[in-house]
Amino acid sequence: MINSSSDNVKKLNSINRRMFITGSLKFFIMIGIVSRLFFLQVKENKKYLTLSDKNRIREWKLAPVRGEFHDYFGNVIAGNFEAYQLHVIPEQVEDFRYVIYRLKDLLELSDNEFKKVLKKKNEIKPWETLIVSDNLSWQKFSKINNHLYDLNGVKPVISISRNYPFKENFTHLVGYVSQANQDDIESTQAIKKNFVPGLKVGKVGLEKTFEEKLIGTNDIERYEVNAYGRRISQLEFQKGEKGKTLRLTIDTEVQKLANELLKDKAGSICVMDIYTGAVIAMHSSPSFDPNLFVFGISQDDWQLIRNDPMKPLVNKTLQGNYSPGSTIKPIVALSALENGIINTNFTVRCTGKTEMYGQTYHCWKKKGHGYVSLRNAMKQSCDTYFYEIARKLGVDKLSETAKKFGLGEKVFGDLFDIEKKGLIPNTQWKKNALGKGWLLGETIITGIGQGYIQTTPIQLCLMTAQIANGGYKIYPHIVVDDKVKDQPVDKFTPLYKNSKNIKIVQDAIFGSTNEVMGTSYRSRIDNPKYQFAGKTGTAQVKKITEEERELDLKTFQIPYEQRDHALYVAFGPYKNPRYALSVIVEHGGNGSTTAAPMATKLFKLIIDRHKIRESLRNKKYLEI
Amino acid sequence: MYQHTRLTTNRLGFFQKFRNFDYILLICILLLGFISLATMYSTDGGEIKFHTKSHFTKLAVFTLMMLVMSFINIKYWFSIGYLAYVVVVGLLVGTYLFGITSSGSQRWINLYFINLQPSELMKIFIIVCLAKFFHRMKLENVNSIYTILTSLIIILLPMGLVIVQPDLGTAVLIAISGIAVLWFAGINYKYFIYTILGFIISLPFVIAFLKPYQKLRVLTFLNPDKDPLGAGYQIIQSKIAVGSGGIFGKGFLKGTQSYLEFLPEKHTDFIFTLFSEEFGFVGSAILLVIYAIIIYRIVAIGASSRSYFAKIFCYSFGAAIFVFITINMSMVLGLLPIVGSPLPIMSYGGSSMLATMIGFGIVMSARVHNQQLIA
Repeated sequence: MINSSSDNVKKLNSINRRMFITGSLKFFIMIGIVSRLFFLQVKENKKYLTLSDKNRIREWKLAPVRGEFHDYFGNVIAGNFEAYQLHVIPEQVEDFRYVIYRLKDLLELSDNEFKKVLKKKNEIKPWETLIVSDNLSWQKFSKINNHLYDLNGVKPVISISRNYPFKENFTHLVGYVSQANQDDIESTQAIKKNFVPGLKVGKVGLEKTFEEKLIGTNDIERYEVNAYGRRISQLEFQKGEKGKTLRLTIDTEVQKLANELLKDKAGSICVMDIYTGAVIAMHSSPSFDPNLFVFGISQDDWQLIRNDPMKPLVNKTLQGNYSPGSTIKPIVALSALENGIINTNFTVRCTGKTEMYGQTYHCWKKKGHGYVSLRNAMKQSCDTYFYEIARKLGVDKLSETAKKFGLGEKVFGDLFDIEKKGLIPNTQWKKNALGKGWLLGETIITGIGQGYIQTTPIQLCLMTAQIANGGYKIYPHIVVDDKVKDQPVDKFTPLYKNSKNIKIVQDAIFGSTNEVMGTSYRSRIDNPKYQFAGKTGTAQVKKITEEERELDLKTFQIPYEQRDHALYVAFGPYKNPRYALSVIVEHGGNGSTTAAPMATKLFKLIIDRHKIRESLRNKKYLEI
Repeated sequence: MYQHTRLTTNRLGFFQKFRNFDYILLICILLLGFISLATMYSTDGGEIKFHTKSHFTKLAVFTLMMLVMSFINIKYWFSIGYLAYVVVVGLLVGTYLFGITSSGSQRWINLYFINLQPSELMKIFIIVCLAKFFHRMKLENVNSIYTILTSLIIILLPMGLVIVQPDLGTAVLIAISGIAVLWFAGINYKYFIYTILGFIISLPFVIAFLKPYQKLRVLTFLNPDKDPLGAGYQIIQSKIAVGSGGIFGKGFLKGTQSYLEFLPEKHTDFIFTLFSEEFGFVGSAILLVIYAIIIYRIVAIGASSRSYFAKIFCYSFGAAIFVFITINMSMVLGLLPIVGSPLPIMSYGGSSMLATMIGFGIVMSARVHNQQLIA
């Protein structure tokens, strides 16, 4: 008994000792757990709270509303319209097969379109939106609405999309939008930032240039999602900003007329304010409907545009490198005057052809013009006269003057990435580019705008404008912008050495249009209000052989691709000039018969519209 | 004999027993039950659904069972010690032979009225069994080879049966329960030190023998960010949930991590994560305090018990419960690799709750009959 009780005491001592050790251990472990809790929940709380929000909150971006393009008078050139779309969320549909086949019937989808929809369905999660149709006609949209009772889970949606109300009128100027591709996303920060599937971005023209301004910002929907990505509830809707609306200097009426005049022809018309440099119209023909591209162009339409021999995809105003032909003559004359090579009394005898350096150079008039002075030579566009003064002047001095007046350089700078520089050759250029010495014969044909020299229609327009305004530099622009003043600048940079020389050239051009024997005399307007002065040009596409020269074929007798380009540059009204224009009709034959009559129609409209334009400008200033 | 007369005169009346109840322990258990119900309600998304209902039923039945158990003399629990152990081992064998397989392991046995996880019961009955084994043993015999070998067999037999299920986590918990008794029974310190040293040395070899999924768990624990959507997902999401709870929590029923289903196993092993997300550091600390009071009361009851069996059972059970809680919390807080171990009472699961309540029942019986001596 005693044994057992002393043993009991020992046992109790042992167990109590060990209980004490255990208790202490428990205490420290408990402290460890509490400190771990403290570390996670108090010290690192922010970090985990962020992680938790990252887990549960997901953002959905919606396509931003694109800024518009307005013409000078506020007409919408490129706007937004409400596109009728049909959305289906597959998991909300009880019987997807039934609904989708029913839709196929109602929308009269082709098998191909239907397959595309089914393919899209397989690519998305069942709770994501499937866009069955992105641009329904009103008839089909209302038809679907009438059958909604039968189409559980189908959502008719009105979504904002791009619209070009004037169709082909502004295509080359404004460009068009289409679905953004990988290149667009990578090249433009704004697209990357605002990208959502189906986002439409500018592909060419001003739509592309001003992408960053036009694109706007996304609407953002914040949803709480569960671990599987399913939306549970909407937390927030953040309205995005609409893109900036850009006002252009373009007059839609003039632009429309330019379209009409060049209908079924290949060519370009541009009109410019000679004091402000504002572009009033700029058209390249043939054009195409940019609306075709907004929802993805069909293969048939695309092939039609791509394979058109008149090349509608080329913006001829900016990309077309043409020989200027006789339209260069005012610059040649001016250069000769400025460099003191000739004066107004200088005469040359034209016999229809002249022989220089062992080569025969023909004037366009076989019989010749006889003795011609500068004014007469310009008026009748005597080639022999200009051969002679070009020879005396030399190509380097000529190119200097031509470059001063805006040839051989991009007119709009970086505004259009497609714009071409043209080419104003000189001896240095030829040595560098071709590695050959300049030949004097090349100077002679440069004097009538043939040979290496190449200009774009917009350059010719700018050149004419700068002669018309008295020889001052202007900066052409299309967008009405706070930075670029829409008003004539008070002080101009003169491009001349002697302003008299400009006057002489202007007067010669006036003669060309308004005096008997002038090349565009038949296109003149006698009413001083509309009276204009212009210079014709006929640019050869190929070298004319002696036999062909003998044949003296009429334009319609020559195959289309071999016909001359018809050119015309003009400014008006003559008394108090304000506008300059250039017209080019590819393979149009003669400048005086094809291009000049277009100028007549254009000037009538331009000068009528001037008053309206002017009143708007003044009104705007009054408001301020 | 004196002691015998004392024993016979010590029969307690019903109301006396009632008075002897440890009300602090009872209140804490009820409080814990209430908290667990609320948490379960939250896991059901703020509605009374399957888990809440089922948890409530189990809680009610097993609490009642615990109260009934506390009226039964501690002598009786002593007497069934070996039998209970044998029965549970039998159930484990039954599980091995006819058990129900679910998610890759065979842990449940169908007893017609209930699907039971005998391995959970073993966590408690191994303590009862070993406590009885050491009750009458003289201290000098405790460290004899016979005793050590026998007790090791008692521990290793159920462990082996659980490991083959396979359920390493529960096997380890059973071992811990058993070792706790050996510790309190007075097995020489050196054996524990040797065991710990041996374990550390053999750890690399043990890892080599682990099943691929177990190895993955260990590797994941060491670096959960390596595979955040795969193996590391549970622990990362659990830490995010706890950490984002902050000081006061996101509020009841507002735990986004659980509500939006980012949390795995939120009803069972990760229930503390959910609770901690919704009630924050303060709530978690309060829960820990409740657990601490429960463990303290269990130890106090052990200390006040006259019988060695009751003492050793209470101490060991207190230690075991403490280890269960610690392992579960360390696991969800990213301090230990993921092992399947429920949080006592809080976690959904009948067998675990049954085992815990049996433990509480015996402790309560020891309290009510604390003057009872066992020959």
